[in-house]
Amino acid sequence: MTVRSGALPVRTEQDVVLARQEVRKLAVACGLRLVDQTKLVTAASELARNTVIYGGGGEMQWETVEQGLRKGVRLVFADQGPGIPDIAQALTDGWTSGTGMGLGLSGSRRLVDEFELDSAAGRGTRVTITKWT
Amino acid sequence: MERIPILQMGDLLLVTIQVDMHDQLALALQDDLSEKIQKTSARGVLIDISALDIVDSFIGRMIATISALARIMDATTVVVGMQPAVAITLVELGLNLTGVRTALNVERGMKLLQQPDRES
Repeated sequence: MTVRSGALPVRTEQDVVLARQEVRKLAVACGLRLVDQTKLVTAASELARNTVIYGGGGEMQWETVEQGLRKGVRLVFADQGPGIPDIAQALTDGWTSGTGMGLGLSGSRRLVDEFELDSAAGRGTRVTITKWT
Repeated sequence: MERIPILQMGDLLLVTIQVDMHDQLALALQDDLSEKIQKTSARGVLIDISALDIVDSFIGRMIATISALARIMDATTVVVGMQPAVAITLVELGLNLTGVRTALNVERGMKLLQQPDRES
């Protein structure tokens, strides 16, 4: 169940910083413990940077969700960029199409509870992550 | 442009990162530090990240690069003050900061840099 939701543009490096700060606020408000806040903010930072660098900019949609007694933060990073032709490869540690370390996607998947990647060549990329209390 | 200050103390350089860094700022620090090492003939670099509440792969890579380039320029780098939650997240992310020397706090970091044979 969605409690609150919103969206932020993710087009520049500054937006990545703002996205991190917004996610921190959401994580605190939702009652995630410090380690989980840190993991979620770090994952958001990786994915927001991907949106800027590889996706050519896009947005971060956020929502706070509830499932029974559990609360969570769900984030969607969406862009209209070139998309990812080979998703399995993109999720491999150390694989990069650019000059990065290849930890952004694979690493951020390890930091959250739910991770969903929807992309295809020419169709943009949409990454959805959720962290629960 | 905004810059992260680098302080000199004898033959050591001290950097305290206190802002939420965007990527260009991190890259600028890398450039500034390498110039400063050359200009001051510094033998040690202490980077205090106790105020950072996240280190993602970009900042992690910056730290590793600074450490590597300082080593090539005959200076030792010690990263101090990493918060426990940051350390847990970094390892889970897959970044082990191999080759980067760390210390729990500034005091221990300084001690490490002041040892006569601090090469490792």
